[in-house]
Amino acid sequence: MIEVKGLHFSYDRKEVLSNVDLKIHDGEFIAVMGENGAGKTTLVKHFNGLLKPNKGEVLIDGNSTQNSTVASISRNVGLVFQNPDHQLFSETVFQEVSFSMRNFGYSEETISKRVNFILETLDLSSYADTSPFMLSGGERKRVALASVLVSNPKHIILDEPTIGQDYHQKDKLRNFIVQMNSQGRTVIIVTHDIEFVVDCKPRVVLLSKGSVLADGCYDSIFSNKDLIDKASLMSPQISLLMASLGDLNFDPKIMDLYQAKTILEGKLKNCL
Amino acid sequence: MSLKLFEGFKFTHMTTPVHRMDPRPKFLIALTIFVMSLLSMNLLVLLTLFLVQIPIIYVAKSFHRWLNSIKAGAMLASLIFIMNFITGSTLVFSLTMTLRFLVLMSAFSLFFMTTSPDDLGLALEKMGLPYMLSFTFTTAVRLVPTVALEAQTIIDAQRSRGLELDKGGIVNRVRKYIPILIPLIVSAIRRSTELAEALESRAFGVTQKRESLTVLKMKQSDYLVAATVFLTLLLGVYIQFSISLPNFDNNITMPPIWQLWDQLKKQITMII
Repeated sequence: MIEVKGLHFSYDRKEVLSNVDLKIHDGEFIAVMGENGAGKTTLVKHFNGLLKPNKGEVLIDGNSTQNSTVASISRNVGLVFQNPDHQLFSETVFQEVSFSMRNFGYSEETISKRVNFILETLDLSSYADTSPFMLSGGERKRVALASVLVSNPKHIILDEPTIGQDYHQKDKLRNFIVQMNSQGRTVIIVTHDIEFVVDCKPRVVLLSKGSVLADGCYDSIFSNKDLIDKASLMSPQISLLMASLGDLNFDPKIMDLYQAKTILEGKLKNCL
Repeated sequence: MSLKLFEGFKFTHMTTPVHRMDPRPKFLIALTIFVMSLLSMNLLVLLTLFLVQIPIIYVAKSFHRWLNSIKAGAMLASLIFIMNFITGSTLVFSLTMTLRFLVLMSAFSLFFMTTSPDDLGLALEKMGLPYMLSFTFTTAVRLVPTVALEAQTIIDAQRSRGLELDKGGIVNRVRKYIPILIPLIVSAIRRSTELAEALESRAFGVTQKRESLTVLKMKQSDYLVAATVFLTLLLGVYIQFSISLPNFDNNITMPPIWQLWDQLKKQITMII
């Protein structure tokens, strides 16, 4: 479990997070959302000890991050950064992906097995011997993802995972994340991509100006116009469509394509 | 790697008399301090050179940031002191060398903290440097904080993958910087290519003769500062070569390490 108690954090006397309280249970799926500069990345950097609270505390499975090293927390908490170019350095994709496993001291046999599995899952097997610098932006992003997910951490944090991915890759990524989540892993994504979040159906933590603005199921938050505006978000397209058919008084919580299709089909059949 | 050091070299827009001063007399101040600190080996002179900057930094309202960079540089300064002292230099000599480093750092910190890269570029052009060269120089200066910030992100990303920079022997530690340096260099090259393309697409270098929006003009006060500093420099050089200043060197040295070792061995053999 990840527990945040009264967290305050400032960069150079400028307060970025103020009094954040949060409880994330094992196996939960969380989307952290909010406007640019709301403190999303700063918050998740506290989850693996890269940043330590100025006030308050962060507990990972009961242990405070204050006295633990990033390396020791990283065994259980995998954090994938936004920009893959900030971490790629190896000669081949295989070496790149195995970097964290080597740091954690796994045997060569385990490393080879896990790396091959993750490359297969993320559609990167054919690039195992290619230099990561020769890949396209989207592929580099997947290599960065693979390089953290390979060690199988219990809690996974992805900072803007969908940037630069085409629709099919996004879909694959979502399936993969959902699969990891269903295997009992905690998944935390930081994103602006509301359609992606709707497809994942997570609990949403909405940050604004360094504080938690709202915390709850995605549909109750996204159907609240006030919250959406405050966090500089835009409602999902399906709910915009349903809202624009105002006279028919649809439930504002309908955001799923399939659900909308069923309801609209029913209405149309009644009309005919 | 302490990145606070760069804080003291970063320009911030402010309206203090020091910020408003023409960059040329300001550069003359830095240059005078530079020349004097290299000419003199006298602790008193270096202490004066150091202390004389503090009121200017106060007027420039940059004391806090200057202190941060001095604190960050203290590590290197203490290394200079220790290396001098244990290799047989006198206490005063070691202190002088340390102070010289701090004086030099602080003089350039003062200059870069209070001079905008634009003004610096204009000043360089006025001094006859071709625009292409002055542009390259000011761009490099301007990018230092960006690169420093990027280095911190890269360090964070690799630490999240289990890299422990402060563990292991010297060779091992140096090797651990490879995963930091490669992404830093690659992204610097990438950025420069992008910058070049962006510049070219905005017709950089099409006209040979450029007009500038702002024109640097020395005010009366600037001439006064320049003249005062220049006279001080002449006076300083004169004093350095023709007047003998009190020397505080009292020949306190640390006994060479091998002697300590011999003594220790004697003690041990006596005990045994």
